[in-house]
Amino acid sequence: MERRSTRVALTAWTALVVLFLWIPLALIVLYAFNKSNVESWPIQSLTTHWFHTAWNSEVRSALWLSVRVGVTATGIALVLGSMAAFGVARFRFFGRETVSFLLVLPIALPGIVTGIALNSAFLAGHILLSTWTIIVGHATFCVIVVYNNVLARLRRSSPSLIEASQDLGADGWQTFRFVIWPVLSTALVAGGLLAFALSFDEVVVTYFTAGAQNTLPLLIFGYIRLGQQLPVVNVIAFAMILLTAIPVLLAQRLVRDTGVVRGTAAAAR
Amino acid sequence: MDPFTSEVQHIWNVDNYKLLWEQGAYHSIALRTVGIAAAVTAADAILAFPVGYFMARIAGGRSRTFVFVAVLLPLWSSYLIRVYIWRLILDNDGVLNWSLRKVGLPAANIGYTNWAVWLIFTYVWLPFMILPVYGALERVPDSFLEASRDLGAGGWTTFRRILLPLALPGVIAGSIFTFSLTLGDYITPLLAGGASSQFIGNVVYDSIGSQQTPFAAAFAAVPLAVMAVYLLIARRLGAFEAL
Repeated sequence: MERRSTRVALTAWTALVVLFLWIPLALIVLYAFNKSNVESWPIQSLTTHWFHTAWNSEVRSALWLSVRVGVTATGIALVLGSMAAFGVARFRFFGRETVSFLLVLPIALPGIVTGIALNSAFLAGHILLSTWTIIVGHATFCVIVVYNNVLARLRRSSPSLIEASQDLGADGWQTFRFVIWPVLSTALVAGGLLAFALSFDEVVVTYFTAGAQNTLPLLIFGYIRLGQQLPVVNVIAFAMILLTAIPVLLAQRLVRDTGVVRGTAAAAR
Repeated sequence: MDPFTSEVQHIWNVDNYKLLWEQGAYHSIALRTVGIAAAVTAADAILAFPVGYFMARIAGGRSRTFVFVAVLLPLWSSYLIRVYIWRLILDNDGVLNWSLRKVGLPAANIGYTNWAVWLIFTYVWLPFMILPVYGALERVPDSFLEASRDLGAGGWTTFRRILLPLALPGVIAGSIFTFSLTLGDYITPLLAGGASSQFIGNVVYDSIGSQQTPFAAAFAAVPLAVMAVYLLIARRLGAFEAL
């Protein structure tokens, strides 16, 4: 259809944009092996020395906190998000549209607004900032990711499946185990992985809900801001790019449709 | 605010908004924020449209999947780290200046300026624009373009009269992300901007740091109001179906 010149131009443009997206990510791989602790280009010589330095107790405890927060927030999100999705998809009730709108609205809220709001709420309720307040903060956006994924799956599966199961004499548990679970499981895994990836990466909400502890992103944020420990930041950056790629590729395999794209809306924070 | 105990006094009034309105500095910060957000959106739309077109109408199955994943993956790698990498690249001793010097051009020296902030935002939010534009272009039936051609329209006329109006909801859906995310951000201006790169978010962040929560809340209401208006217009133009 399109003229040959148009096709070539569009292909070249796309290739340039993909390069634009990927060259910076490739550069950090080199920087992680930079021997000098001054981050200037070109890199003079390479070393793996900083990988040892980066595995220190400060980084390890931040990593451990990030993992705990991510896992717990994802767990909460899986339960609440899928229950909300079931409610909205299966039943008609007063205010249903409002509920579904309110669940998606926080996507449009800047993280700093969510952060301040939670911070003021915790202060007003005299709740000390702790690991749990971070978890609650993260759960607010993790829920949306799970909800969107599960809702999309439920909308595409027919409710007559459940009715058929009941007609054939299955009790509630059997219907759940043999009908609902197989339909939902991949959407739940995908939603869960994305929620974890978001939580693991979150800075803004974490900043306002964390007490004295550091999650991994908060630790790096502090380092970058003060210009300290930049070789360590390079190594962590390298590792985190590798680590986030894996769950995303997995999730992408599990939901070949729009699941990941929808989830990205919340990635923004 | 009680100046002595620095505890927030709960009195209902519009003083915080009045302060915003009367101080010229806050005007220029708000304008800068909205202006850069608009410039980022425009740059992303221009970069993304041909890519979406390529994915929807030119690429075969495998190259489409490749581009799709290549666009999606950077979106999920850490935001903070992507900003940090650009800081290294744009630094005076960074990759950009080095490459420019190699090809005999003068150094750009745009590190820690508004240009850097604009470039980094454009980079970071670009996938958010590509994906909905691709979605919208994919839904344009081939027959529309053939009909346009049969009726004697040239390539440019077809683009302007058929393709662009049909893809517009996708562009607007993408712009919701690029615009609102830039509007509410403070990390990039803080880490990669200069002294005159303050965003609304930075003022809010600093006010919280100095215990002036009520003023912070008032200023934070500005991007919320801008976004509310923007979302209403976007809904009118049918962008929500393209999300």
